[in-house]
Amino acid sequence: MRKSIMALGVALALGTVAPAASAEEIVIATVNNGDMIIMQKLSKEFEEKTGIKLRWVVLEENTLRERLAADIATKAGQYDVISVNSYQTLLWAKMGWLTKLDDFSADYDYDDFITATRDSLSVDGVMYGAPFYGESLITFYRKDLFEKAGIEMPAKPTMDDIAGFAEKITDRENGINGICLRGKPGWGENTPLITTFVSALGGEWFDMEWKPRLTSEPWREALTWYLDVMKKAGPAGAATNGYNENRVLFSSGKCGMWIDATVTAGYLLDPKESQVSETTGFAPFPITDKNPDAAGWSGAWALAIPTSVTDNATAAKKFIEWATSKEYARLVGEREGWLLAPSGTRKSTYAAAEYQQVAEPFADKVLAAISAVNPTKPTVNEVPYTGAGFIDIPEFQALGTTVGQNIAAALTGARTLDEVLEESQIYVERTMERAGYYKK
Amino acid sequence: MRSLRPTLFKAAMTFLGWAVALLLFFPILWTVLTSFKSEVEAIAFPPAFWPSGWTLENYFEVQERSEYFGHFLNSVALSLGSTVIGMLIAIPAAWSMAFQPAASTRHVLMWMLSTKMMPAVGALVPVFLIFKSAGLLDTLPGITLIVLVGNLPIMVWMLYTYFKEIPADILEACRMDGATVWKELVHVLLPMSLPGVASTMLLNIILAWNEAFWTLSLTAVKAAPLSAFIASYSSPQGLFWAKLSAASTLAIVPILIIGWISQKQLVRGLTFGAVK
Amino acid sequence: MSGYRMKRAARLALAPSVALLIVGMIVPLATTLWLSFRYYNLMNPALGGFAGLSNYEFFLTDPAFAQAIVNTILLVGGVLAITVAGGILLGLLFDQPMWGRGMARLLVIAPFFVMPTVSALVWKNMLMHPGYGIFAWVAMKLGLSPVEWLSNHPLLSIILIVAWQWLPFATLIFLTALQSLDHEQQEAARMDGAGPLDRLVYIILPHLGRAITVVILMETIFILAIFAEIFVTTSGGPGYASTNLPYLIYVQALMQFDVGAASAGAIIAVVLANIVAIFAIRLAGRNLTA
Repeated sequence: MRKSIMALGVALALGTVAPAASAEEIVIATVNNGDMIIMQKLSKEFEEKTGIKLRWVVLEENTLRERLAADIATKAGQYDVISVNSYQTLLWAKMGWLTKLDDFSADYDYDDFITATRDSLSVDGVMYGAPFYGESLITFYRKDLFEKAGIEMPAKPTMDDIAGFAEKITDRENGINGICLRGKPGWGENTPLITTFVSALGGEWFDMEWKPRLTSEPWREALTWYLDVMKKAGPAGAATNGYNENRVLFSSGKCGMWIDATVTAGYLLDPKESQVSETTGFAPFPITDKNPDAAGWSGAWALAIPTSVTDNATAAKKFIEWATSKEYARLVGEREGWLLAPSGTRKSTYAAAEYQQVAEPFADKVLAAISAVNPTKPTVNEVPYTGAGFIDIPEFQALGTTVGQNIAAALTGARTLDEVLEESQIYVERTMERAGYYKK
Repeated sequence: MRSLRPTLFKAAMTFLGWAVALLLFFPILWTVLTSFKSEVEAIAFPPAFWPSGWTLENYFEVQERSEYFGHFLNSVALSLGSTVIGMLIAIPAAWSMAFQPAASTRHVLMWMLSTKMMPAVGALVPVFLIFKSAGLLDTLPGITLIVLVGNLPIMVWMLYTYFKEIPADILEACRMDGATVWKELVHVLLPMSLPGVASTMLLNIILAWNEAFWTLSLTAVKAAPLSAFIASYSSPQGLFWAKLSAASTLAIVPILIIGWISQKQLVRGLTFGAVK
Repeated sequence: MSGYRMKRAARLALAPSVALLIVGMIVPLATTLWLSFRYYNLMNPALGGFAGLSNYEFFLTDPAFAQAIVNTILLVGGVLAITVAGGILLGLLFDQPMWGRGMARLLVIAPFFVMPTVSALVWKNMLMHPGYGIFAWVAMKLGLSPVEWLSNHPLLSIILIVAWQWLPFATLIFLTALQSLDHEQQEAARMDGAGPLDRLVYIILPHLGRAITVVILMETIFILAIFAEIFVTTSGGPGYASTNLPYLIYVQALMQFDVGAASAGAIIAVVLANIVAIFAIRLAGRNLTA
């Protein structure tokens, strides 16, 4: 990095000179989720083996996204390795902001990745993000509570089934909420969940002219279902519960059901973290007759390298190759327990006997859930976009944030369903107009 | 009877005063206590007031994950650096406005204060671009500079109000004796306004230590202070209350101790001219 | 030393501060102003060029804009009301004789030293959380159902958090001011038969006039720019219920990446802040610099 005279001057005045960046030191910016914290712990092995020093910037998700966006869009090159999700990978790869990750060694075995996961990180067949986990949606439920209520989870539950069960097992006196669903607003929080329900009811965000469809019947139905089930069976303060909050609620025994990311399955069976490790069951994402193919979302968290990184690109690639390799998956299994091995990325993990042994209750279901999603055809009607749970346009982050906020307002009762959909429709149209989608 | 009433009054005031004090202090106390609990105990409901095990596990884990000491040193460098440089610039300015006021002095002072009213977020992208091209991103000089600019108006104002209270004739008198401006400043003004200067420095150290917008936006690893370090512990996955508490305790305890030790000095000058 | 040389020295002494603030404020301000007339979206490099007033139009017609203004005012007003009233009461309280006063005072000022991010995280997760928080427990003990603070009273929650941080500051200023109050005068008033309320209204409050001005001015400067507390707790929601002006600009700049519109928002905020500053000058200028 270039140092200006000004910087040096002030540095001398301060009596401190920032150490010069060495080529063998790479900076990794990452989200503070469980898998990355394990990776940080295990990466000491990598440092010892290669002599490359890793510096970690671990941030909460929203903060991370803001920092990465500013960094990558201005080509500041502060971070050599970044953790990104499918949406960011596809978008930024198309803009030429990410380095191709197609030249790893033969041992890396690209074909070992689950196809849906790899596709969600590839543009024209070239991978730009190496997944450290892949996910779809699954229904977690408490077998003990179902038994007590005398009900049984069908092999393919419908949305109506779920609503009925939720009401039945709710026992607020004893702190049991029938269902926990994301309520915290955000394009990575409640919005993709609602989007998936809308899609299950046959709806979509846009028609082929990019006109928003947020006041259409499927949106109304999806939100009616969501608000109703949350009112009758949801936890207190649901509008501030995101993935993390619900995970705490479910694993501390306060939810009867929870529809969320498949990656959580291993954690819920881990007695160290979960008080319901003995009693958690797994079922697919609920469907309706309007779109029987609906299967949740497709998404992955991945490691990528901005194109603005040049000096450290080789070392950065070396790290990514290691951190998403088969060898790494095995290392996690052996050190941290196979339940926590990277979920939804490599077929070889699912084939490993050790993994099968502990992950048997959910492994096949997770694999099926991930494989069932078709991001290129996420809806019943034809749409101008791809992505299940998100839309691959730069504006989605803004749209998802605001629409998510509106839905949260409906969840708290501050707004009615109609107001919320109307306002969202107007907002989306306004944003798309400004972005130039309607120019002749 | 006459001697009982004051005692009763004092007892009542003691009770009331301590009740309020403990209530206001409770969130901090609770954070410290929680940092010594296990994660499961930390979210127990009804809450367990006293940690049963007094575990240090959370502190070890925070240290292992985030190299606490490096962030701590950055916080110290940032607070002291911006304060010392700031004082060197602010004292002459405050002296000038207090003892050699021009017609424009009041406007200059208020203009300085008004610069603080521009929301920092609005300037983030421009500042980021400037920092990037000057090579100041993630450097201590860079972050020190921006924090210094942010706090300078407060320093100047605080010193100015303090200097105003010093009778100008004293300075006048020493000037008659032939002292230079420099001597006047160092040998007369500063000793007389020591409480104000100390207080200004302390307030600035506190503000710089707690600055969390620019530090989070303009530093990454090398220059990141504690206010950036805490962002790693904001809503991660799984159970995190105890670790969050440990990280929070680590971030606030140094400045809390400094604040407590020096509170007499801080309070004495923290008047902004509010006391004649 | 001649008056002329003295003036020159004075101007020289003022120069570094003014220069630094000009560079530190005017350069970003000028860049922001320039950007506010350009199309500039971080995530859409294809957009560009002169935008005329369309960024301003877009920001001003944002459905959230009016509410953000109202919220900003409520936030400043709410915190000021709590801290000024509470600060005077606490100042009076800690001016009374009590055992362990020094120690109690240490506890009272502690919140002022806590960084905003930490206090927001602590309040959100450990106090206001409807499932595990202390407030929920207290509500349960009182036989009430827990309040969903951040979902149902988002702005009030933020006001409480910010007020907690600033109450010590106000208390300290008022306490210092009270200690300079002439106790003989008070005693005399008491002898003349003035009750505690009379003394408060006719002696104490007038004496605190300057202190109140200082507290209002200082806090307004900081509270107008509140950001971290909102970012950490409610993200401005639900809906726009806790979005203030700085947060709205943040949403434009870094969630929608629309730097053009965000810059327009920042310029609007500067204009509004200067209107506030003019009032502040009137209020404080008379009281403080005279």
